[in-house]
Amino acid sequence: MSAPVPSPRDFALGLLRDMLRIRRLEERAAELYGQGKIRGFLHLYIGEEAVVVGALHALAPDDAVLATYREHGHALIQGVPMTRIMAEMYGKQEGCSRGRGGSMHLFDARTRFFGGNAIVAGGLPLAVGLALAERMQGGKRLAACFFGEGAMAEGAFHEALNLAVLWQLPVLFCCENNLYAMGTALARSQSQTDLCAKAAAYKIATQVVDGMDVVAVHQATGAAVEQVRAGQGPYFLEYQTYRFRAHSMFDPELYRDKAEVEQWKKRGPILAYKARLNAEGLLDEAGLAALEAEVEQEVEAAVAFAEAGSLEPQEDLCRDVYTPANAQGTP
Amino acid sequence: MSQHTTYREALREALREAMLRDSRVFLMGEDVGRYGGTYAVSKGLLEEFGEARIRDTPLSELGFVGAGIGAALGGMRPIVEVMTVNFSLLALDPIINTAATLRHMSGGQFSVPLVLRMATGAGRQLAAQHSHSLEGWYTHIPGLKILAPATLEDARGMLWPALQDPDPVLIFEHAQLYNLEGELNQHAPVDICSARVRREGGDLSLIAYGGTLGKALAAAEQLAGEGIAAEVIDLRVLRPLDDATILASLRKTRRVLVVDEGWRSGSLAAEIIARIVEQAFYELDAAPARVCSAEVPIPYAKHLEHAALPQVPAIVAAAHELCG
Repeated sequence: MSAPVPSPRDFALGLLRDMLRIRRLEERAAELYGQGKIRGFLHLYIGEEAVVVGALHALAPDDAVLATYREHGHALIQGVPMTRIMAEMYGKQEGCSRGRGGSMHLFDARTRFFGGNAIVAGGLPLAVGLALAERMQGGKRLAACFFGEGAMAEGAFHEALNLAVLWQLPVLFCCENNLYAMGTALARSQSQTDLCAKAAAYKIATQVVDGMDVVAVHQATGAAVEQVRAGQGPYFLEYQTYRFRAHSMFDPELYRDKAEVEQWKKRGPILAYKARLNAEGLLDEAGLAALEAEVEQEVEAAVAFAEAGSLEPQEDLCRDVYTPANAQGTP
Repeated sequence: MSQHTTYREALREALREAMLRDSRVFLMGEDVGRYGGTYAVSKGLLEEFGEARIRDTPLSELGFVGAGIGAALGGMRPIVEVMTVNFSLLALDPIINTAATLRHMSGGQFSVPLVLRMATGAGRQLAAQHSHSLEGWYTHIPGLKILAPATLEDARGMLWPALQDPDPVLIFEHAQLYNLEGELNQHAPVDICSARVRREGGDLSLIAYGGTLGKALAAAEQLAGEGIAAEVIDLRVLRPLDDATILASLRKTRRVLVVDEGWRSGSLAAEIIARIVEQAFYELDAAPARVCSAEVPIPYAKHLEHAALPQVPAIVAAAHELCG
C-alpha cells in the first residue's frame, strides 16, 4: 500500500496538475508534429510523468537539474515556462534555447536547468562536476541527474558513479527505468538487470521506487534528498516506469507487445492518482474539469506564444559559438 | 628580467600562479597529485595546495573531463589534465558533444570556462598508441580554442589568459618539449590569439607549431648557410588561426612550406594551405608545400619512428625544391 496522499490539499492537487501539464503539453506537441509545426526528434514522456513530478517537488528550487532528450517534463516542472518550451520546439528565438536546441536541448540558466542532453549518459559526469563545484564553494545545493536504464550500459554511468561516491558528492542519480533502451529490452542488453544491485557495486545508497505512483516517488526522493543534503554522499534511485508512446515519432514499435503496453496503461500515473484523490474526497468531477480547463488554457497559450514567435535572424547563425567579449559567461 | 628555466618548470610556475591568483582554479587529472604528474609538471603542487585543489582522479577520462565541464558550469575554473592526447580519445564525447556545443546550443546561456591540458606528439619510441598528434583534429571543432605552446614564454604565459577565457581551451604540450631549457623573459607579453614570427627572412615562409617549431628553426639556420633566408612562423594558436600573420609573411616571401607532425590527409597543414590558396593564390611564386608525418601508425623501432616524423633534412629539401 502506498503512502497517504500528501497534505495540504493544494500540494496534493498540484502534483496532479503538474502531471496533467506535461501530458497535455506533449499530446499537443505530438499533434503539432503531425502538422509539421515541430520537426527533428520528438521524444514523449507520456506514462512517466509521476517520476519527474514527484522527484522535482522533493528538491529545492535552486538545485541543479540535468536530464535526457526526453525532458519536456523536467524543464517544465523545474520552472521553465511552457511558452518558452513550446517556442523552442517551434525553433523560434523566444524558445528557451533561442531555437538552437529544439525538443532535445531545452536549457534554462535561470532555473538551473542544465539540459537537455541527447547523448545517453552524457549528463552524469556533468552532474558530478556541478556537485564538485558546489562542494568546493561550500554550498548546499544538489545536482539531480535523470537518465534511463539504457544509460547504465554506458561507461559514463560507471565513471560518474565511481567519482561521485569516491568524492562523496551531493548527486542524486535518478534512473527512469522504462524497460527499453530505444527498442532494446533491459534483459537483452544488460547482464545485471537488478539496477540497484548494479549501482550498489559502487557503495552508493540505493532505493527502488514505484515510478507510476507520484506519492511514492515524492516520498522516496524526499528521503534520499535529505540524506544527500546532510552530506552522506550521493544516492541512486530506480524509478520503475513505462513509456506509453513510441520512442520517437519514427518508431514503429516492433519490439514490444501491444498487450504489454495496455497492461501498463492500466497503471497510468495520472489515472491512478486521480482515482486516489477522488476516493479520498479531495477532487470531484467538477474539480477535475476545472483543472483540465486550466491546463488546456496554459497549453493553448503556449501554442499561441510559439506561433507568434519570431525566427532568429540568419545573421546571428554564428553568434555564441564563442562567448562574445561583452557577454556574460556562465553565472 | 630573465630566468634560466625549463618548459616543464615554466608550466608548473604558470599552474602555481593561477592557483594563487584565483581560488576557483583547481587541477584535476590522472596522477597529478601524489605522483607529481606523468611529466612531473605538477610536482610539489599537492604539498602546496592540498588534495582538494590538486585532485587525483581514477582512470576515467570520459568521467573526469565531463566533471570538469560540470565544475566549470558550477562556477569553478578547472584545469583538467588528460595526460596525453592519446587518452583524450576516451573523452571525445564530453569535449566535442558538450564543451564545444553548450554555449551555442543553449542559445548563449552556458559558457564552459574549462582548460584541458595534454601532452601530444611522438619521438620517444612509444609506438602507435602513445604517439599521436591529433591537435589538428580538434581544430576542426567550432566552439573550442586550441593552443600549442612551443616556447618557454608560452609555456609560462598561455595558461592565465586561457583561464580568463570564458570558453573551453585545449592546450597541447609536445612531449619532446618538457626538457627544453633556456632563458625565460618574465615580462614577455603573451596572448592566445596570434601567431608569431620567430625568425625573419625574405625568401620562404616556414609555418610550424609545437613540436615542429624547433625543427623549422633548425632548418632555417641550415638554409641560411645555403643562401636561403627562411622566415619561421610559430602558429601558437591553432584555432582560431591567425590568417593575417600567415598572409603577411607569404606576401613578403611568396613561398610557403608548412611543417606539421600530424598526418597529411585532412591535416591542419591542409587547412592552412587551403586558406593561403583561397586568399593569396596570385601572390604565390610556387605551389605551397608541406612536410607531414608519414601516413602510418607510428612504429616503435627508432629508425622507423624517425623516418615517420618530419625531420630537418626533409624540411631543408622541401625548401630547396620550393626555391629552386
